[in-house]
Amino acid sequence: MSLGSVPLKYKITIDREQCMHCMRCIDNCSYGVYHKEDDRIIIDSRKCTACHHCISMCPRDAISLQERPVDYRSHPLWTAEAREDIINQARTGKIILAGMGNAKPYPVIFDRLVLDACQVTNPSIDPLREPMELRTYLGKKPSKLEIDKKDNGDVELLTKLTPNLKLETPIMIGHMSYGAISLNAQLSLAKAVEKTGTFMGTGEGGLHEAIYPYQKNMIVQVASGRFGVDINYLERGAAIEIKIGQGAKPGIGGHLPGEKVCQDVSCTRMIPLGSDAISPAPHHDIYSIEDLAQLVRSLKEATEWKKPVFVKIAAVHNAAAIAAGIARSSADAVVIDGFRGGSGATPKVFRDNVGIPIEAAVASVDQKLKDQGIRNKISVIASGGIRNSADIAKSIALGADAVYIGTGALIAMGCRVCGQCYRGMCPWGIATQRPDLVERLDPEAESEHVANLIRSWTLELSELMGAAGINSIESLRSNRSRLRGYMLDEGTLDVLQVKPVGA
Amino acid sequence: MCGIIGVIDRKRALMDGSSIRDALSLMNERGSGEGAGYAAYGIYPDYQDCYAIHVFFDNIVEPKSQLDHMLHKWGRIVHQEAIPTYEQEGLKRSHIPWRYFFKPYSDLMAGSSTPEDDVMKYIVMETNSNIQGALIFSSGKNMGVFKASGWPEDVANFYRIEDYKGYIWLAHNRYPTNTPGWWGGAHPFNLLDWAVVHNGEITSYGTNRRYVESNGYTCSMFTDTEVVAYLFDLLGRRHGLPEDIVVKALAPPFWDEIDNMPEKEQELNHAIRLTYGPALMNGPFAIVVATHEGIVGFTDRIKLRPLVIGENGNRLYISSEEAAIRVMDPEVQNIHMPRAGEPVIGRLNV
Ligand code: SF4
Ligand code: SF4
Repeated sequence: MSLGSVPLKYKITIDREQCMHCMRCIDNCSYGVYHKEDDRIIIDSRKCTACHHCISMCPRDAISLQERPVDYRSHPLWTAEAREDIINQARTGKIILAGMGNAKPYPVIFDRLVLDACQVTNPSIDPLREPMELRTYLGKKPSKLEIDKKDNGDVELLTKLTPNLKLETPIMIGHMSYGAISLNAQLSLAKAVEKTGTFMGTGEGGLHEAIYPYQKNMIVQVASGRFGVDINYLERGAAIEIKIGQGAKPGIGGHLPGEKVCQDVSCTRMIPLGSDAISPAPHHDIYSIEDLAQLVRSLKEATEWKKPVFVKIAAVHNAAAIAAGIARSSADAVVIDGFRGGSGATPKVFRDNVGIPIEAAVASVDQKLKDQGIRNKISVIASGGIRNSADIAKSIALGADAVYIGTGALIAMGCRVCGQCYRGMCPWGIATQRPDLVERLDPEAESEHVANLIRSWTLELSELMGAAGINSIESLRSNRSRLRGYMLDEGTLDVLQVKPVGA
Repeated sequence: MCGIIGVIDRKRALMDGSSIRDALSLMNERGSGEGAGYAAYGIYPDYQDCYAIHVFFDNIVEPKSQLDHMLHKWGRIVHQEAIPTYEQEGLKRSHIPWRYFFKPYSDLMAGSSTPEDDVMKYIVMETNSNIQGALIFSSGKNMGVFKASGWPEDVANFYRIEDYKGYIWLAHNRYPTNTPGWWGGAHPFNLLDWAVVHNGEITSYGTNRRYVESNGYTCSMFTDTEVVAYLFDLLGRRHGLPEDIVVKALAPPFWDEIDNMPEKEQELNHAIRLTYGPALMNGPFAIVVATHEGIVGFTDRIKLRPLVIGENGNRLYISSEEAAIRVMDPEVQNIHMPRAGEPVIGRLNV
């Protein structure tokens, strides 16, 4: 007997009174929800992903979308999702793929942390009238300066600083590869980081020629697949990032299906046209921290020690120990990607169950580096599930130097977090290589949206700092006394090194 | 709030504590009777090679025997006694102030370039975090801190401050907001030769504290001023930076200013900010720090607290109020106010 189908997830209805038969919805839905029969628009709601493209383009606001019009018998353990996953896997025998971030309702630690503000004795600072410094330098810092003070009062600096990346705001855009996202999407992000004086990651997909003009704002990635990596690529980046792990899928590699490897992607990744691009879970030359340290040094050697090298790991329970090891290599920054990080495609079971929250990971990394007296040796970048400027302020107070945003930047370009990125049909032209869909995304307009997002979060961050009586981002970093935990358990407060509210 | 005042005689001429007591009392508007204190340099010429350890004991049985035991392990007690005190009606006695003159065994701190100082620092950190009922609040050579909860006159009279003669004096009148008034929380704060008086609040305390702690200091006094003493010890003594560079690390120029400096200066200031970012102090403050060689006063980068300078011959005065300086020295000249973050340095020139 057949298992039958699972109920549809979303139901689309068109207000026929409002509809003017422009047929735009048919054009807009890349998932084929709409089609025309005679003069009627026929709806197949089962295919809908709630991407909202049709809704946002409908000139009459005639389309409405409802979630789950069919209920199962309610059950606290056997949720609808649990049952549907079983039905789907019983039918296919395959791993369930998913896009975007962790979709389980774990409590968000950020939402149980509150920031502090000044009253009376320590005046708050008005960022409109007083200077606020959000400039951030990422890279190694010496633990002390050697200077020589001459008798005539002249001071000679003896310490030579290693190259650092200079950011005008502690907000960067994380790595999303060409392949996972479209070239237009990458271009929009590149223009946005140039406008705002910050950086973005290329992801593991190489560096497309169209991005060359923005290379001074690019952090080029070296992942296990080594796609697109050659000396030209390394030299073009402002910094190099070795990707060991990713928050959405700790412990596993990546896979870009051959269908998506079009001419352009094949050139950029330096792989044959139409071949699957598989980046293995481990780097096959890294099986220990010493191996990693060697790769860091090799990349530095190749680029004449002129570029900072970052190492990205997924937030897992021993992230702190790994980060301490990375700090002792020649690496300049460690990127910690929390379990809410986005993903173009990942097994759902990983996305939703592996890894730890970024809040706890950053706090424990900062603490370990502090305990070992090497916090200054390395910068810490937090990513994975950062939704607003408050999350950024809290990340920094927990010990990050800067943050990477990913999903937030995509939302600024239209993404509705429908989670279908792995299907390559993104109606917003973001997570797709289909030319007709890519064309929908205008790099000029979208770069302004992303730049606006960075600007507004930067403004909000400076307001939050001002309220806390802080005019320099250095003084927010690791400043746990500016945070209080609300309804957080003792164990978590202990890991975060934060006092409860009222204390 | 809080009133601070400091004075140095650059030729080492000694001053007794009576005039600074009067100057401090003038700033009673800036205090609440919950804490006052004095630091004086040059007061123990007979024991100038020894560390003068001032301790608050809750009783002189258990905590004292524990401290004695530790001191015997790490060095030799040359002399010890209760610090002479005189009952004051307005001052509630909470501790027994005691002093040791102590010589550490330098060979016990192998690998240090300043082994005696490091032994002494270790003893201070150990005592203050691990010996219940003992608090070392002063540990420099030929100098001492005298402080308690009370109004400036009462504290001065309690220790009979006019009996001490020093070439540098610091004094502080406290209006506590962060922590309750307790003897250990009164200023000056001290470690080795560094003594600090501070008016304000340090909003970067969390960051600064983590920084000094990762460098081997333990913050045990529940107050932000403590970290200033440790920052000066770390940057000034252990990293060997001159006072003006330490001040540049703690209250650096803004990036805009750094960007506009001549190349060499820019490079130096850039390096200081990158290296000492976690030592940067934010929030409203005016601070005077002393060592046996001189004093330095500075404010936060946007000058949210007042600081006034005055001079007369070899004397340099730094205070929250011009009037306080005038009480000490009616003839004072060259009264002016330093710019935000600009260090005012008075160094011995003998
Ligand atoms: S998939 Fe998107 S475009 Fe298609 S019907 Fe659903 S919301 Fe509209
Ligand atoms: S990028 Fe596109 S496919 Fe992916 S979640 Fe956003 S809208 Fe959906």
